[in-house]
Amino acid sequence: MIKKQSFLKNKTLYWMIAPAVIYFFVFSYLPMAGIIIAFKNYSYVKGIFGSAWSGLQNFRYLFFTGDIYYVTKNTLFYNSVFLSVNTVLQVLVGIILAELASKSFKKVAQSMIFLPYFISWVVVGAFVYNIFNYEFGSLNTFLASIGQKPLDVYGNKEVWKYIITMFKSWKDIGYGSVLYLAAISSIDQEMYESAHMDGANIFQRIRFITLPALKPTMIILVLLGISNIFRGDFQMFYNIVGSNSLLYKSTDVIDTYVFRSLMKLHDFGMAGAAGLYQSALCFLIIVSVNYIVKKSNPDYALF
Amino acid sequence: MSRRKSIDEKIFHYSGYVFISILAFLCLLPFALVISGSVTAEKSILMDGYSLIPREFSIEAYKILFKAPESLLRAYFSTVLITVSGTFAGLFLIAMTAYVLQRRDFKYRNAFSFYFFFTTLFNGGLVPWYILMVRYLGLKNSYLAVILPGLFNVFYIIIMRSFMKQIPDAITESAKIDGAGDFRIFLQLIMPISKPSLATIGLFMALYYWNDWFSAMLFLENESIFPLQYYLYRVLNSLDFANSAVAASGIPMPKMPSESFKLAMTVVATGPIILVFPFVQKYFVKGLTVGAVKG
Repeated sequence: MIKKQSFLKNKTLYWMIAPAVIYFFVFSYLPMAGIIIAFKNYSYVKGIFGSAWSGLQNFRYLFFTGDIYYVTKNTLFYNSVFLSVNTVLQVLVGIILAELASKSFKKVAQSMIFLPYFISWVVVGAFVYNIFNYEFGSLNTFLASIGQKPLDVYGNKEVWKYIITMFKSWKDIGYGSVLYLAAISSIDQEMYESAHMDGANIFQRIRFITLPALKPTMIILVLLGISNIFRGDFQMFYNIVGSNSLLYKSTDVIDTYVFRSLMKLHDFGMAGAAGLYQSALCFLIIVSVNYIVKKSNPDYALF
Repeated sequence: MSRRKSIDEKIFHYSGYVFISILAFLCLLPFALVISGSVTAEKSILMDGYSLIPREFSIEAYKILFKAPESLLRAYFSTVLITVSGTFAGLFLIAMTAYVLQRRDFKYRNAFSFYFFFTTLFNGGLVPWYILMVRYLGLKNSYLAVILPGLFNVFYIIIMRSFMKQIPDAITESAKIDGAGDFRIFLQLIMPISKPSLATIGLFMALYYWNDWFSAMLFLENESIFPLQYYLYRVLNSLDFANSAVAASGIPMPKMPSESFKLAMTVVATGPIILVFPFVQKYFVKGLTVGAVKG
C-alpha cells in the first residue's frame, strides 16, 4: 500500500524519466546483450539471436592473425603519448597564459589556440592533405623553395607517429589549457605576493604555488585519460590516415580495425569479437583504476 | 601590482610571449594554408604546389562551387536540420531526466542514476549497435540515425543534475502549494532558471551535431540527405564524388580545378564555425570549467 502511494505521488516523475530509461535500454543495454555476436557465425537473415553459435572461432581467428596485438599496441602507444604530451603542453600553456600581463594579448592568443577544438576531423583531414600531399603539399612547396628535395610522407611509416601526435595536440591544447587556466585563477593572489616578498623568484612561485594547485585537475584528467586508454580516437585516425593500408601497421588502432572489419570486410563475427575484447579491456581498466584510487585517495575516485 | 619586474620575471615573460605567439601562429597556420590554396589558380597548384601566399590568385574554385550550389545547399540544410532538432530535443530530454534525478523525494533516484552511469563503464561496442540500428530499427538513410546517437549524454545529465541541485527547494515548494504539477514546475520554473547551463550544454551538443560525420558515414547512403561534414568528406576522399560535384556546374572535365575546389569546399564548410566562434567561445570556457569542477 505504501509502495503504491509513493508511485502514485511520483507518477509524473516516472513519466518524465521514461524517455531516458527507454533510450538507454534500447541503445546501450540491448547492444550489451548483442555482444553474444562475438560467439556466433552471424548471418544477416537470421539476426543476432537466430544465428548459429560458433564457440571461440572468432576470437581464435582474431588472435591467430596477430592483428589484434599490433592494434592493441598502437592504441596503448598513441593514447599514452597523447596523454603525456598533451598534459605537459596544456599545463605549460595554462601557466604561461596566467602569468602574462597583457590582457588583450592573452585574449587573442587564447582564442587562436582554442579555435582548432571547434573544427571537425574531416577538416583536419583536409589540412593534413594540404600540407603533406606529395605532389602539391605546402611542405614540399616550401622545401622546394629553399632548394631541398620533396618528402614522400605518405610512403613513410615512421613519421605518422609524429604527425598524428602533432595534430592531436594542435586540437586539444586550447581545451586543456582553459581547464588549467581556470584552476590557476582560483588560486589566492596573496600567496604569490607574499612569496614574492620572501624573495621567491617566478620559477619558484610556479614550482611551489601554481603546480601544487593544479595537481587535482591534473590527476582527474590523467585518470580519465587512463580509463580511456584502450579507446582509439576513430575520427582522428580515420581522417588523418585514411584507408592507406601501407600505414596500418603503425597507425591502426582497435577502433579503426573494428570499423574496417565491419564495414569493409563485413566480417561481423570477428568485428564483434574485437569489439567485445576492447569493451572488456576498457571496463577492467576503469574499474581497477578507480579501485586503486579509492584505496589511496578517495577524493580522486571517479565514481 | 605595479611593482617593477625583476630579471627572472622579465625572462619568463619575454620567452612566454614568444612561445605563445609561435603556438598561436601554428594553430592558425593550417587555416591560412587552406584559405590560400582555395584562392590559388589550379595550374599554379599543379605546377608549384600549395603555398602560404598564392602565387597566382584566382577565385575560379568558388565560382564553380556557387554556380551549382544545390547539393552544397542541401548538405547545409541537412546539417542545420540535424543540429537544431537534435540539440533542442536532446536538451529538453537531458534537462527533464536531470530534474527527476535530483528530486530528493524521488525514491529510486540512485538506482536510476546508476542505470545511466553504468553505460559509460561498459558498452556492447560498434557492431551490435550498428546491427540494432540497421537491421532491427531500420534506420538506414534516415535523419533519425544521425540524430539519435547524440540525443543523450550521461555526463551532460550529471552536469545538469548538479546545476539543478543548487536551485533552492523553496521555489518548487511554493509552486506545489499553488497546485502546480511536477511537469509544469519543470517546464515553467526550472527550465527558465537553468538557462545558463542549458545554453552551455546546448552549444556542446550543437558542436557535436555540426561536426558529426561518423553516423552519416555508417547509416546514410542517399547523397541528397548527406550532412555537410560527410559531404565534405566525400568530396575530399572520393574522386568520383568530387568530379560529379564539379561537373554539376557544367564546366568541362579536363579543366576541372579539383585541387583548389577541394579546399574551397573546406573553407565553405568551416566558415560558419569560425564566424560564430568569437561569440560563443566564452560559453564553452564556462562549460568546461563547470564540468571540470563537478565532473
